[in-house]
Amino acid sequence: MERDRIKAIIETLLLVSDRPVSIKKIWQVLGETTDKKDIKSAVDELINEYNSRPTQIEEVAGGYRYATRPEYTDWVKKFLKLEKGKKLSPAALEVLSIIAYRQPVTKTEIDSIRGVDSGGVIRSIINKKLIKGAGRKQVIGRPLMYGTSERFLEYFGLASISDLPTLKEVSIETDEQNVPDCILKIENEMSENEKE
Amino acid sequence: MEKERIYNVKLPVFEGPFDLLLHLIKENEINIYDIPILQITAQYLEYIELMKELNLDVAGEFIVMAATLTHIKSKMLLPKPDPPLPEDEGDDPREELIKQLIEYKGFKDVTGFFRDQESIRENIFPACPDISTSEDDEPLVDLDIFVLLDAFKSVLQNTGHSKSYDVDLGDISVTEKLNYIMDSLARKSQLNFSEFFARHKSSRELVATFLALLELVRLKLVNVLQSSSEEPIVIIKAADNTDRRGVDGEGQDKGDN
Repeated sequence: MERDRIKAIIETLLLVSDRPVSIKKIWQVLGETTDKKDIKSAVDELINEYNSRPTQIEEVAGGYRYATRPEYTDWVKKFLKLEKGKKLSPAALEVLSIIAYRQPVTKTEIDSIRGVDSGGVIRSIINKKLIKGAGRKQVIGRPLMYGTSERFLEYFGLASISDLPTLKEVSIETDEQNVPDCILKIENEMSENEKE
Repeated sequence: MEKERIYNVKLPVFEGPFDLLLHLIKENEINIYDIPILQITAQYLEYIELMKELNLDVAGEFIVMAATLTHIKSKMLLPKPDPPLPEDEGDDPREELIKQLIEYKGFKDVTGFFRDQESIRENIFPACPDISTSEDDEPLVDLDIFVLLDAFKSVLQNTGHSKSYDVDLGDISVTEKLNYIMDSLARKSQLNFSEFFARHKSSRELVATFLALLELVRLKLVNVLQSSSEEPIVIIKAADNTDRRGVDGEGQDKGDN
């Protein structure tokens, strides 16, 4: 298929999708005869073309999506009648960071790191779909474990969980090469889960 | 919603005992690896006393930490055997606490990254934003805090609870009641205020549940609504209309604070 047509189809798919679209998904739609590399470079070209447009195509949560630019946020909020300044609480961010780096993790483990009961916070971020159940721990009582969701990546604008900064060097520039083993392990586990 | 602030005493809010300890360490410019346990314990206890004086419900976790600190302090004050026993070599009673503090600090520090990302991301909207439009078909209105207090008072009177005859059956925590309300709401989409409270046995339980309800309202996790002054007051989960793009509401949990 010629390149312009691939680009046009991708652009159209992104317009109608309500969640980030992965290269794999586009590949399946295109009939699996197109090379994935061609799709990736077509997407990159599209992103570039959009640099001169008021809207954008961005990479987030393992895929691409059509989105607004921050410059126009006031207009969007007015249009959608959204209140501004609703943010996650410090407690919610603490629990989220523990889950992000330690997943899969049980409530008891989270409580012991924070030194306080985190039940209410966990419930609230589950309601926001930022975390989800990630199996049960094979110990007495088989407690539920939690992990981050796709929504989590979208919410914080991360392409994948490996985009997280390393734990101790938050203030310093994040080094791509410096992803801790635990995160790499999580990534592997996550991609394995996807295969299932 | 401004009115409920009257019931809040403004103090630096600590997420838990580790948070308070980190605050003290930072304020005193102390080396976290070599905490002067006498000084920190004294300051920590002072803070707990202050919380009590201000009539704040001091969460159990803070008390447990006070005990831990005192325990470490007493261990450090004990004379060391001379010559020291071989297995005592390098055995610092503070070690476990320091390890926990550093672990917690790592996660606390990284929240700054999440906060920054959140600020950037809240201004970017996807093509098909998931906006709930159901708010208009809800005829119920938010309740004034005073209506709620009156309703609570009448529950207390109707159930005929008398404080003086209460038998202390151990601690009733607001956190527990908080979870109880949320669990009840998970099973039933809405609760009738007076029926819900009538189920409670003691006035202490009632008060704890009521405080939990106020906390949930403050955190915007539940709404307390009434369609007119003759109608029953209902408690509903706020998640139904706070799920716009997931950026709404707050999910704080400060134990029993």
